[in-house]
Amino acid sequence: MAPVTSDRMEVRSSDDVVRVRQQVRARALEVGLSLVDQTKIVTAASELARNMLDYGGGGVATIEVVSDGIRRGLRLVFDDQGPGIADIQLALKDGFTSGGGLGLGLGGAKRLCNEFSIDSKPGEGTRVTCARWK
Amino acid sequence: MIARPQSNLLAATLAEQGTTILSVWSDRLKKSGALASGRIREAELQTQCRTVLDLLTPAVKDGVDAAQPAFAPLRDFLADLSRSRAVQGFTPSETATFVFSLKQPLFEAVSGTKGADPTDVMRTTWDVTQLVDALGLQTIETFQKSREETIIRQQREIAELSTPVVKLWDGVLALPLIGTLDSQRTQVVMENLLESIVSESAEIAIIDITGVPTVDTLTAQHLLKTVSAARLMGADCIISGIRPQIAQTMVHLGVELNVVSKATLADAFALALKRVGRTVVAVKARELPAS
Ligand SMILES: Nc1ncnc2c1ncn2[C@@H]1O[C@H](COP(=O)(O)OP(=O)(O)O)[C@@H](O)[C@H]1O
Ligand SMILES: [Mg+2]
Repeated sequence: MAPVTSDRMEVRSSDDVVRVRQQVRARALEVGLSLVDQTKIVTAASELARNMLDYGGGGVATIEVVSDGIRRGLRLVFDDQGPGIADIQLALKDGFTSGGGLGLGLGGAKRLCNEFSIDSKPGEGTRVTCARWK
Repeated sequence: MIARPQSNLLAATLAEQGTTILSVWSDRLKKSGALASGRIREAELQTQCRTVLDLLTPAVKDGVDAAQPAFAPLRDFLADLSRSRAVQGFTPSETATFVFSLKQPLFEAVSGTKGADPTDVMRTTWDVTQLVDALGLQTIETFQKSREETIIRQQREIAELSTPVVKLWDGVLALPLIGTLDSQRTQVVMENLLESIVSESAEIAIIDITGVPTVDTLTAQHLLKTVSAARLMGADCIISGIRPQIAQTMVHLGVELNVVSKATLADAFALALKRVGRTVVAVKARELPAS
């Protein structure tokens, strides 16, 4: 399932998080997601991009328009080479934060998407993938 | 560094044919529409051309490497020129054309030098190409940088402008938020609100987020902090303008603001007035014909 389009965006600052959001919104519109779904995926992108910046030391966001032949969707990949997440279950728990946040970002992003997965090795980095289908 | 100590055809050409080069160059500029935009007057353009040639003539005496100290005055002048052009609203190509259009007059002058050795002419033509290209690129870079600086400055200005705390009634303040809330700007905005609460002895502060495109957990955290700080200063907050799609998203995130919220700023204002013991009533219809 090759992506229809793929945007690769570096996330090194707060402004980059804003840019990722804007690009995700533009692509979501293109895919034809409803206003609610657009808002959901943009918000999930904001959470994951910010985590990558705050906890992963920055990284790369990839925004892909994908199609499975029947439906189109948006798949987002957030890749960093930070410290990784030792306990993924704990990190997903609502209210858990190691950095003074609300601790709702990861769990929230998962609830805002149709597909969600975290791949992380301590010391090597974290990859979070999520998708929202039309 | 490409030094030309033997014979310096370029230096000689500039010294001897400076006036011709100047008039050919400014003619070319005029023909290519440099004055058409009306952003620059003919006399000013003429002065700029003359200054470039005046600075170029001594600079090429020891070589044509634009990075050398001899070119510093010319580089500075071109940097100033492109900065001012960026501010005046010139396009990048108009600005670059100013420099690049110097090539042709220089080529003509060099090749028209009587008795010049053809090899020397060719080599000098190549030198001119490289030199003018280097100067042109530097001009574009400065232009670009000035544009970026302008954008950053405007962003800051907009950030300050777009976050006024407005007094709606005695004791009632409103903060209409517009744009993204995850920059340093949020800090400024929230501090402004808290200061105004104190100076106006406000009882109620309405935070309107109609103009906020995304409410993520960071934005929510800023809002929560503001609401509790306001509470400490003796004011209650009402949040208005949470659009349906944002409300839904907040539910999924699991964010609870624990504060009174209203769909619109008008609803929030009506509630605020009620809290401070006021109400808005319709003016009684005057002398309506009895029916
Ligand atoms: N990319 C990442 N790299 C390392 N740790 C992460 C990453 N993303 C999330 N985490 C960990 O997961 C925790 C929970 O994240 P989140 O739910 O977004 O809450 P918050 O950002 O408010 O802390 C973070 O505090 C952090 O410890
Ligand atoms: Mg987070």
